[in-house]
Amino acid sequence: MKRIYVNEKWCLGCHLCEYYCAFASTNQSDMARALCGVKINPKIKIEENDKISFAVSCRHCDEPLCVKGCITGALSRKDGVITIDRDRCIGCYTCILSCPYGAISPSDDGAVQKCELCIKTNGGKPQCVAGCPNGAIVFEERGE
Amino acid sequence: MPVNYLYPEYEIVRNYDRCIVCRACERQCANEAHEYLEDKNKMVCDDAKCVNCHRCVSLCPTRALKIVKSDHTFKENGNWTKKIINEVYKQAGSGGVLLSSMGNPEHYPVYFDKILLNASQVTNPPIDPLREPMETKVFLGAKPAKIERDENGKLKRNTPPHLTLSMPIMFSAMSYGSISYNAHESLARAAKELGILYNTGEGGLHEDFAQYGENTIVQVASGRFGVHTTYLNTGAAVEIKMGQGAKPGIGGHLPGTKIVGDVSKTRMIPEGSDSISPAPHHDIYSIEDLRQLVYSLKEATAYTKPVIVKIAAVHNISAIASGIARSGADIISIDGFRGGTGAAPTRIRDNVGIPIELALASVDKRLRDEGIRDNVSIVVGGSIRSSADIVKAVALGADCVYIGTSALLAIGCHLCRSCQTGKCNWGIATQREDLVKRLNPNIGYKRLVNLMTAWQHEIKEMMGGMGINSIESLRGNRLMLRGVGLNEKELEILGINHAGE
Repeated sequence: MKRIYVNEKWCLGCHLCEYYCAFASTNQSDMARALCGVKINPKIKIEENDKISFAVSCRHCDEPLCVKGCITGALSRKDGVITIDRDRCIGCYTCILSCPYGAISPSDDGAVQKCELCIKTNGGKPQCVAGCPNGAIVFEERGE
Repeated sequence: MPVNYLYPEYEIVRNYDRCIVCRACERQCANEAHEYLEDKNKMVCDDAKCVNCHRCVSLCPTRALKIVKSDHTFKENGNWTKKIINEVYKQAGSGGVLLSSMGNPEHYPVYFDKILLNASQVTNPPIDPLREPMETKVFLGAKPAKIERDENGKLKRNTPPHLTLSMPIMFSAMSYGSISYNAHESLARAAKELGILYNTGEGGLHEDFAQYGENTIVQVASGRFGVHTTYLNTGAAVEIKMGQGAKPGIGGHLPGTKIVGDVSKTRMIPEGSDSISPAPHHDIYSIEDLRQLVYSLKEATAYTKPVIVKIAAVHNISAIASGIARSGADIISIDGFRGGTGAAPTRIRDNVGIPIELALASVDKRLRDEGIRDNVSIVVGGSIRSSADIVKAVALGADCVYIGTSALLAIGCHLCRSCQTGKCNWGIATQREDLVKRLNPNIGYKRLVNLMTAWQHEIKEMMGGMGINSIESLRGNRLMLRGVGLNEKELEILGINHAGE
């Protein structure tokens, strides 16, 4: 199962992954048109403090607490990817409280949002990985 | 300052219709040219701080930025140009020597661009490198003058130590200190994968890179930084640096601010102390003295490693090279006046030395005339910009080339020529931790391997076109070269005919 991994050694804290993530969910072809004047709400977020920075997004855990805690079944795990059914989400935020990584966040329209490895938007090619200028975010099989 | 004589050289042009205020430009500029205005949610910039390194331009996800040359002008003057006037202003303000980085950028002739290559037609067929074997392997070092046999008629193995390279290219000397750990790692790993060599420069060898020893040339320069027996024996060859093309006749000075942590340890000097390489080697004032150092190094390495002597291309280069070829050195490396540097006085960089093409042609001829060409291999550097330059250099008589600037370009350098500030935004010419990490060697080494592989393909194509299937058969084959727009004297020195002849 290919997953997104972050190597903080190479993370520059440039925050570009956040913008590529936000752009990925707009389904538009031009980033400038899509994001000009927009305050983004990405699913991947840079955590930084002084000299260290790294990107945090969903780990797609084998035993996901968010899925276990979801009271409507909006979150589910299929083929190793945890996805959200926005129509079923009632915005109770149990998943946000139970995710140990802080990888789930409220979206701008009620339902929660989380990284779905770009399977719904970019054919499963995570855009944060493609856009990272320093190879700090990788999408690979590590056989864990 | 109430009067500012200097108007910014560049202007940062931001297309606000495309700017998404991601602030990547601001975060990535070590010169702090970009600023975010919170109250207006807008990016602004200070042109005066821009060095035109393109870091912001390259990372801007919406292509909202470009850097243009300022059209602010003085009254037109063919003699007192804008550059010259500004330099006078700078020095009148600072009282200091002007510093510059990378190679001589002035408009001197580039002889490589005035030399054309031959190709086969009809009478001897070209060779297709995709279908037929094509050899780019070279061996550097002294070649035995004659074949000797023992009493049983068996060949005596009397070959002096030599270097084997998969192609006639090496990465030239750039010290750890002048460039970053990650830059060195990229060069070392690429050299190993490609079967070529990189050069430590005079900053010693970081202990982490001892594993690349077989692909390393260790340098001994006038400062003797980081030199010890293990160092000498770790490398595949030892290079004595007598001179550098960017600054012939003067030494080096790595400021104390760059002598931090591992750089200090590797150079074996205290943290924060300036690392000063004297202009001369204080123990070398003649070819005889040089011979002593050559043999000291051979003694220290049990005669198992070739010794290279590196000199800058200057006026009596062929006589100097002839002396070196008799000093016991195995390889002569000549650095042309376009060669790069991490910092040099501008006047030296821009006015001292001679073009590598002329130096190479005259050295090769002199050594052949004197019958000592096989005593040494010749390596040339100083602005080898493409595979075509390499083919021309080999045909002029070089065994191999050194590339420095092209290698740095491959790993991100944009030739902004501000290395001396230590704030390289690309993580190359800096020791600032946050900047060094911008060069990920996993990416850097791959780009170097790509570039060299591409050049090797091109070298094969050009050789094939000439009907030559081995780089060794091209060496010194000046009949493959023709000059365009060169005068009689230039053609004579280069030893080539004019196009059409």
